[in-house]
Amino acid sequence: MTNAATTVRKPYTPKEAVERLRHGDLGAWPVVGGLIAIAIVFGSLNEHFLSPENLTNLALQMAATGTISLGIIMVLLLGEIDLSAGSVSGLCAVVMAILSERMHWNPLLAILTALVAGALVGLLHGLMFTRIRMPSFVVTLAGLIGWQGLLLYLLGSGGIINLPFDGFVAKLSDTWLPSWLAWTVTAALVTVYAASGLIGRRLRIAADLPVTATWWPVAKVGGLAIVLAGSVLVMSADRGVPLLLVIFGGLVVVLDLVLRHTAFGRWMYAVGGNVEAARRAGIGVTRIRVLAFVLSSVLAAFGGILAASRLSAVNQGSGGSDILLMAIAAAVIGGTSLFGGRGRTYAALLGILVIQSITNGMYLLSVDSSVRYMVTAAVLALAVAIDSLARRGSTT
Amino acid sequence: MISATDISKRYGAVQALQGVSLDLRPGEVVALVGDNGAGKSTLVKVIAGAVSPDSGGLVIDDRPVHVGTPHDAQRLGISTVYQDLALCENLDVVANLFLGSERRRLSILSHIRMERSARDLLTSLDVRIRDIRVPVAMLSGGQRQSVAIARALIGEPRLVILDEPTAALGVEQTAQVLDLIRRLRERGLAVLLISHNLADVRAVSDRVVVLRLGRNAGEFRTADASQESIVAAITGAAA
Ligand SMILES: Nc1ncnc2c1ncn2[C@@H]1O[C@H](COP(=O)(O)OP(=O)(O)OP(=O)(O)O)[C@@H](O)[C@H]1O
Ligand SMILES: [Mg+2]
Repeated sequence: MTNAATTVRKPYTPKEAVERLRHGDLGAWPVVGGLIAIAIVFGSLNEHFLSPENLTNLALQMAATGTISLGIIMVLLLGEIDLSAGSVSGLCAVVMAILSERMHWNPLLAILTALVAGALVGLLHGLMFTRIRMPSFVVTLAGLIGWQGLLLYLLGSGGIINLPFDGFVAKLSDTWLPSWLAWTVTAALVTVYAASGLIGRRLRIAADLPVTATWWPVAKVGGLAIVLAGSVLVMSADRGVPLLLVIFGGLVVVLDLVLRHTAFGRWMYAVGGNVEAARRAGIGVTRIRVLAFVLSSVLAAFGGILAASRLSAVNQGSGGSDILLMAIAAAVIGGTSLFGGRGRTYAALLGILVIQSITNGMYLLSVDSSVRYMVTAAVLALAVAIDSLARRGSTT
Repeated sequence: MISATDISKRYGAVQALQGVSLDLRPGEVVALVGDNGAGKSTLVKVIAGAVSPDSGGLVIDDRPVHVGTPHDAQRLGISTVYQDLALCENLDVVANLFLGSERRRLSILSHIRMERSARDLLTSLDVRIRDIRVPVAMLSGGQRQSVAIARALIGEPRLVILDEPTAALGVEQTAQVLDLIRRLRERGLAVLLISHNLADVRAVSDRVVVLRLGRNAGEFRTADASQESIVAAITGAAA
């Protein structure tokens, strides 16, 4: 593999490494460190925390809010905010439930219609933001209140719609991958990842571009294999890998690929980094902004449907309480910058994992939710502090 | 050759430009100088299509052309590097160079093709950046200015306009950028340089065009002109 003509990207000198740290190029490491700390602390305080059953529950609990958090990331990348995501998730879940239960539509069609409703809501937000130039904070604050109102109106005096336990929607969160399928998917993912890395490396060498030292991609593939195999092993010891986790994970991966490998994704980052530069480069800034709000609301709608599936019902509290705040906190804790232009979809996965672990661990220790809120707040404050320091570093 | 002929532009009560003409030839660096408010930026905006003149227009190779928008100008091979850099600090050098004109296949970005051309372009301009995949935020001011200038070359322009490219730079970085401007000339590009710094102007330009109160106020071959005569034209002391 060592070819004399291959230019190897040199490792960073300590000075440059410090410089990278100062510029917030920490990547996911602080969060991963935090997760390990959480695992150690709760694992030693309660032997049930790291049990397969509890970890599988954790995986199941993440999907709905995590999906909403993915949508939040789409607008955070532009340096905007979507406060309506919780209400929109509840509203669209209610739309889905009314269509499938009260009007007896085909559940898939009901879900699709609810997602379209989410898209229209996002379109409205995006147009109010770009055409009328209302701040996104205000547009989506109005949405937070207004869509909640519409939800209550649609639900009417009944106040609750139950979804049959054996129905399609409820089944979503009670479907588990058989062990052979989980292992096949794992093997396929690792193979595709390794192959794409290898091909990319070959192409770079062929184009005479620098590549990293060989151990780095090997370590990345190995790391992925260990994490995936470990997760499958743990969850297979319980009920298996939940379909919900696969759906959420799939969304994270696909959206990350879109953001990094398409012009649309590049332009999202460009608009978030410097609107004026993007505009001068001929990028349709308005279109990108509207699309981001549409994506945010569609993902919120989908998250709402997943939440309804978990609960096997929608009610007046759907999409309410702390869902929105947790979704935003997850995005930020995962490393998405509030100032725009920085962050990846994996932030939703890592961030929600942190929040759910804390919630779950505190619950096991029967700590009062007051303490849980304060701990979550501290973690959030820490994440934003890191983000702010990184930003200060990059502008001086 | 690209010429601006008899350009006039009025902003309300202010006659920003009055019958100004300017010729730009391939392989020549023309410095546009003048006091504050002389109309330099306005003239540049007219040439770059950002402002439409009240009268007069552009002539390219003896043919009058219509430039209504910045996009028109770009299509005609006129590329502008504005004073504020217009880079996305969160994106890497490659992404910035190709911003808005990304190379792609089936709407998937061709990362390798872009990185390869970016590297070739920067090497040909002798711009030294150790790792072109780090965010622009981590580069020095001179490197950023170099990236901004290199970016102007992506569309294979024939004229590059630079508005105050050395204004915010230190001595060494200014030298880097001036070198880069010489290399643009070697490539056979027409270069229009706006600067308040006469030392830079004398170091790099072939011709100096002076504007004063929105009118042509003199034109010098840099090699033959003394600093005093240029200053006199700028201040109007010669009149
Ligand atoms: N958009 C505008 N609206 C009104 N007046 C303008 C506008 N742009 C320029 N002017 C006026 O036109 C005149 C020429 O301005 P211009 O910016 O072209 O000068 P300049 O030579 O670039 O000056 P400087 O060296 O300060 O950059 C000035 O009196 C200015 O006030
Ligand atoms: Mg000016």
